[in-house]
Amino acid sequence: MNTIVSAISPTNPVYRARKLQNKVLLVISCLALAFGLFWLAWILGTLFYEGGGALMRASFYLQMTPPPGADGGLANAIVGSALLIVMGTLVGTPVGILAGTYLAEYGKTSWLAFSTRFLNDVLLSAPSIVIGLFVYSVYVAQVKHFSGWAGAFALSLIVIPVVVRTTDDMLKLVPNSLREAAVALGCPTWKMILLVTYRAARTGILTGILLAVARISGETAPLLFTALNNQFWSTDLNRPMSNLPTVIFQFAMSPYEDWHRLAWGGAALITLAVLALNIIARMLFHKKD
Amino acid sequence: MSAVLPISESVEPAKGTSAGWLDAAFEQLTRFFALLVFSLLAAILISLVIGSQLTLDKYGFRFMWTAEWDPVQENFGALVPIYGTLVTSFIAMLIGVPVSFGIALFLTELSPAWLKRPLGTAIELLAAIPSIIYGMWGLFVFAPIFQIYIQPALVDAFSPVPGLGALFKGPPLGIGMMTAGLILSIMVIPFITAVMRDVFELVPPLLKESAYGLGATTWEVVWRVVLPYTKVGVIGGVMLGLGRALGETMAVTFVIGNAHQLAASLMAPGNSIASALANEFTEAVSDVYFSALIELGLLLFLITTIVLALSKLLLMRLARHEGAAT
Repeated sequence: MNTIVSAISPTNPVYRARKLQNKVLLVISCLALAFGLFWLAWILGTLFYEGGGALMRASFYLQMTPPPGADGGLANAIVGSALLIVMGTLVGTPVGILAGTYLAEYGKTSWLAFSTRFLNDVLLSAPSIVIGLFVYSVYVAQVKHFSGWAGAFALSLIVIPVVVRTTDDMLKLVPNSLREAAVALGCPTWKMILLVTYRAARTGILTGILLAVARISGETAPLLFTALNNQFWSTDLNRPMSNLPTVIFQFAMSPYEDWHRLAWGGAALITLAVLALNIIARMLFHKKD
Repeated sequence: MSAVLPISESVEPAKGTSAGWLDAAFEQLTRFFALLVFSLLAAILISLVIGSQLTLDKYGFRFMWTAEWDPVQENFGALVPIYGTLVTSFIAMLIGVPVSFGIALFLTELSPAWLKRPLGTAIELLAAIPSIIYGMWGLFVFAPIFQIYIQPALVDAFSPVPGLGALFKGPPLGIGMMTAGLILSIMVIPFITAVMRDVFELVPPLLKESAYGLGATTWEVVWRVVLPYTKVGVIGGVMLGLGRALGETMAVTFVIGNAHQLAASLMAPGNSIASALANEFTEAVSDVYFSALIELGLLLFLITTIVLALSKLLLMRLARHEGAAT
């Protein structure tokens, strides 16, 4: 009798091996998490160590991008980026919201809605450089010059799938009883959507827009062939427009030390803005639950 | 979704009145924009095909396996960038997938409840950092450290190994396909982790509790119950990460070295489709050069679209399976 060892007896070698395997693999799992957090800390740490100094100087915000060796700031790039982001969002958001509304309120499970959702999800992760190529072919190559509008158009194409997805998801979360109540009171569908479902899903849709803005704030690839860059102050959307990501790209790839410093400053500025937007969006969304 | 009367039919009497007219107009308006989104992918595809007509006619399929890339003689082949794209993405998956699995496992099974959200958010923030930041950090911070400390160690450790040796040959330059792959692996972690975490949470608690009740360890529950149940979704998540890695532009452009050469060694500089586009597009002077670059874009678009569509199909299959089970 005493040769039989209980399956969970500490002396059973199989049990000990299983326990050990479990412990080892769970420790590896913790290490994986540490691995992920390690890069986050390292990247953010470097960014603010290298770029923090530039962010503290007023000239960073007030002066134009300098030629190598001279003193300057990123004023034109900051303003250009802001303009491009605002225009891209203004163009992309209504399109995204309306398309998302169709999916959630009208199309539902129809063939068109199903395939649009599918294609939209593919678009959501499509390489942004291809979006840049597309806008180059249909717009820049036709009017034969790079322009701020082309950049804004490219950014709006990145905003659209994000907003479509969140609008669709958020409208689907609105309880049907709200819709039924509105319709029972004699409210036409369009009014029901505008006044009842949109209002109920407001925070969710806003979260989506904020995330879309965060996404386009750092996008570089689609701007390389559309807005290009501009060394000078320009708010004319019909001309090439300076913007932070392409300036960072140009400056970081250059051999000049002072350009590198400005590039770090710009990188820290973009990252701060993007992280802030992400955190605000998350807080908004979680407050709702 | 609960059963509800289709609303547009329940307000039938309104037709013909001004409200009915507005209803139809609003529906058509939203439908128009849905159709716009619907046709966007096709429009991108068509514009790229038209843009690359010249090289499509000139080289045909030969374009894909020609290694030559000579803007002066106007001879173009996509083999080098395709190779670089695939190799860097493969390295990214090799590192990114197990790490993401570990993180998802930690977040769903091990983490105390109060830590779940902050840790999950921190990992998601990795996805929020713009790719140009990864590129810049990779070039100025990671590549030098990699060059001095890690690369020589890798070369010493692997070059005597037969077979593997060729992959780790060459001078330690810091930049190259290995560096690009490593940085890509950090960038895909948040995407794969998010999907894995979501699908792991779909597993009915009853299944897991039964396994625990039979005396299974946490690892056994994850490996034998959670993973088989969510297999399809996990593969979907991996494909999503792969789609991201294949199309990543700026981070790769900074660190891959942008050399049009076919090297067996992972330490050698190479090129990827996206970084070739980013570097050369505004410098393309001749029509053929231009067309060759657009065809590169077309190839990238086709590869990523297929990978992402597969990912989506797999995730939908899991969702349907889930719907049937409950």
